[in-house]
Amino acid sequence: MKVKVISRSTEEFTRERSQDLQKVFRNYDPKLRTHEKAVEYTRALNAAKLEKIFARPFIGAMDGHIDAVSCMAKNPNHLKGIFSGSMDGDIRLWDIATRKTVCQFPGHQGAVRGLTSSTDGEMLISCGTDCTVRLWKVPLLKMMDSRESDEDYSKPLAVYVWKHAFWAVDHQWDGPLFATAGSQVDIWDHNRSEPINTFEWGKDTVISVRFNPGEPDVIATSASDRSITLYDLRMSSPVRKLIMRTKTNAICWNPMEPMNFTAANEDCSCYSYDTRKLDEAKVVHKDHVSAVMDIDYSPTGREFVTGSYDRTVRIFPYNGDHSREIYHTKRMQRVFCVRYSCDGSYLISGSDDTNLRLWKAKSSEQMGVLLPRERKKQEYLDAVKERYKHLPEVKRIVRHRHLPKPIYKAAALRRTMIEAENKRDQKRRAHSAPGSMPVQPFRKRRIIKEDE
Amino acid sequence: MAANQEIMDKDRLVTTTEQDMSDELNLKTRKYLRGDGANLETLRDKKLKGQLAVREKLYSQSAKAAAKAEKWLMPTDEGYLEPEGLEKTWMVKQESIIHEVDVISSRKPFDMILPELGPYNLQYASSGRYMLVGGRKGHLAMMDMMSMDLIKEFQVRETVRDVVFLHNEQFFAVAQKKYPYIYNRHGTEIHCLEEHGAPLKLQFLDKHFLLASVNKFAQLHYQDVSTGVIVANYRTGLGRTDVMRVNPYNAVIGLGHSGGKVTMWKPTSVKPLVTMLCHHGPVTAVAFHSGGQLMATAGMDRKIKLWDLRKFGVLNTYSGHAQTMDFSQKGLLAIGYGSRVQVWRDSGNQEYEKYMSHAMVKGYQIGKVSFRPYEDVLGIGHSMGISSILIPGSGEPNFDTWVANPYETTKQRREKEVHALLDKLQPETIMLEPSKIGTVRPPRRKERPTKKETEEEMETAVEAAKSITFKKKTKGRNKPSKRAAKKEEEVFKAKRPFLEQQMNNDRPLKKQRIAEAELPKALQRFSRKKVS
Repeated sequence: MKVKVISRSTEEFTRERSQDLQKVFRNYDPKLRTHEKAVEYTRALNAAKLEKIFARPFIGAMDGHIDAVSCMAKNPNHLKGIFSGSMDGDIRLWDIATRKTVCQFPGHQGAVRGLTSSTDGEMLISCGTDCTVRLWKVPLLKMMDSRESDEDYSKPLAVYVWKHAFWAVDHQWDGPLFATAGSQVDIWDHNRSEPINTFEWGKDTVISVRFNPGEPDVIATSASDRSITLYDLRMSSPVRKLIMRTKTNAICWNPMEPMNFTAANEDCSCYSYDTRKLDEAKVVHKDHVSAVMDIDYSPTGREFVTGSYDRTVRIFPYNGDHSREIYHTKRMQRVFCVRYSCDGSYLISGSDDTNLRLWKAKSSEQMGVLLPRERKKQEYLDAVKERYKHLPEVKRIVRHRHLPKPIYKAAALRRTMIEAENKRDQKRRAHSAPGSMPVQPFRKRRIIKEDE
Repeated sequence: MAANQEIMDKDRLVTTTEQDMSDELNLKTRKYLRGDGANLETLRDKKLKGQLAVREKLYSQSAKAAAKAEKWLMPTDEGYLEPEGLEKTWMVKQESIIHEVDVISSRKPFDMILPELGPYNLQYASSGRYMLVGGRKGHLAMMDMMSMDLIKEFQVRETVRDVVFLHNEQFFAVAQKKYPYIYNRHGTEIHCLEEHGAPLKLQFLDKHFLLASVNKFAQLHYQDVSTGVIVANYRTGLGRTDVMRVNPYNAVIGLGHSGGKVTMWKPTSVKPLVTMLCHHGPVTAVAFHSGGQLMATAGMDRKIKLWDLRKFGVLNTYSGHAQTMDFSQKGLLAIGYGSRVQVWRDSGNQEYEKYMSHAMVKGYQIGKVSFRPYEDVLGIGHSMGISSILIPGSGEPNFDTWVANPYETTKQRREKEVHALLDKLQPETIMLEPSKIGTVRPPRRKERPTKKETEEEMETAVEAAKSITFKKKTKGRNKPSKRAAKKEEEVFKAKRPFLEQQMNNDRPLKKQRIAEAELPKALQRFSRKKVS
């Protein structure tokens, strides 16, 4: 007869020398593991609670401006620096790590309305209500020790005066041109003191302008006639115009999906559009209770940050209709501009109370270098929370955010108003002939028309 | 022609071996998939459906990867016993097995004769390395089975009815004459659990850190050993019993009673979850399979029954006595009665047949059989001491270091204890089917049929009522007016339930309306308050 019994030799299963690592044996058979799901659920619950304990998103404020911060710009070649312009004409370059001003660029007589950095990061372009566009040289932040450099950065490289006040400026992602918005859209070159091209559709002011990251010649603009217009530089006329019910304050293109852009609207929501199909919004992001002033996408293209007139900053997923995070402070007043840092881990918000605030993008993230084990553990906890986030206990903890009372009340009021309107529409539809009141999908509801 | 056929045959041969391999892989993959996927057709949220579909795909990929990696991850092979010729497996004696097997394994079976200190109970730790021995007359000992070392031996000078390890070998609980006590591995008494009363049997629920005991007065106590809180204390109401077993799959306690009933308890309900009438006489032994779907019960009516725990129905009935039963990790069932131990094996489709048998010296009375985890060894506690025998193929050959490690170091043990405490499950989470957590809820049955449907139903009922034929009455009682009235009554009877439902839907009952209205202040204490 043939017999075999389990026999293990100790040498095979224990380490030889004390300098060796301990031997680990795995058997992934589910029969050995009872209560798998219950243990995972417990871990998800504990992880959700810990996340709330470690949630400290506010890092610090950068103060120095003496008037409201009206615009900000990122330097594409330098992670640590950010430019900000205020309503009294003061432009500063900040070092985010120390939260101090590196350099000031004085010169504008009125409010600075737009700031942008050139593609190579060497030049800063600013425009303001004093009808000037100024080009500045950017100091290299690496040379912090040699403070007395031979160049005086506070003198602009060039000042171009033009006929009307400017509202926004944006630089092409891959080229030498930049565009300004005022009573019309002007295209400039660095070396010319006059715009090389002008676009106009209607007689209204253009409020914001953005170049497409993927197609270097496509611009999206928004005007005060509640429209969003798309231009192509290679053609002499505008391409598409989309008229909505309310004005769009800012637009941002999705850096990872350059055919989509999101518009921050006055009616407290953000609308994401696909340029190929402008008759319907892709997603409507609804959570703010007052006008959304600025929007910026994360470099991953998976989420964007919005700053609104209701004194909060919210982070939305790119395809989600509700925000995943809200940041607010008692001292932060109306948020006029927000930027996502180039590495996707910080947000900077500039607000009415003359401060720039630095926040973490993931509020409970441990910044700095993590050991590989720490990182794996964090990833596991995130995954297990993701898996069980639909269960009521976990959902309650993950979703919970403290809202300031005025915002909570304003949101409740908005909800009742919207519900009342929906009920009224439903009743009207129920009492009218079937088919006479067509149901319009929400994504289309705010669009009036699309023009070519 | 012949050459072509040969080539075709070869191709077919190649494909059949490939198919065998892929079948094997499929079988293994199914093991790792842990059941069927979620039914996504019932979801109406398209985004959620898409996300869940992606996740299901990931699960199948990971199951395939685990199945492929199995080949490399398993260092040890299973045990087996294959008889040759006319020999049958149950005719093989322990001595012949010990002859054939290697040196390490031949040292594993032993007989420890301890005649004075009464019938012995034994328990193995979940890693299979440590064994706890308790004799009825108060003899307690803990042994390290790898090195056959005696760690601690002491006398408590009281009746000891049961011994059980807590979460690791550092602590164990002993059911003594008056109360259960918890001891340290050094033999120091740490706790005396007075609330439990005189315990007959103890069981430890690993993941929940709960110590369950059933006492002389048929009361079931659950105590959390990490915080010391008594979680629950129930009167079973079915009389004194010392048959208690914990189901390792769902942490439910199964008690066998003298009326033939088997009840299943969880710490958060006063009444048992399930009550099954299993035998015509008292239940003598209960054992649960580690997979959670099989239960074996034995009663004094000389029957051993196998139950399916999903449908709570009998799978098989065998005739035989059993004083004690235990399932091994691989599904072998050990049955002890008198001085004999029989081991039964599943020959496919939950049909158990005799695999091995072992007869001890005539006078020995077997008190407890327990399989040693991760080894092919069965431990027997009897009236004259302790024995252990080899049962090839009973243990799981490959352990997982993070689940139960027989070669644990002190550091690993400490880390494991901390992690187990962090992942401690709450007693409220004990349920009959623990894999239901986080699954997609089955579609809700339509609570209220739509208006159209109710109208249609009403119409069909009215038509059916109209087509009833009445008995022809004679002697002048068959007046047309009376016939018409009767027909109308039938139609009204058919319509009535629908009309009542409509009325209830439109307007709430008067009682409810009164409650909603403002009660005068003096009567407000009598208003029906909603239980929150």
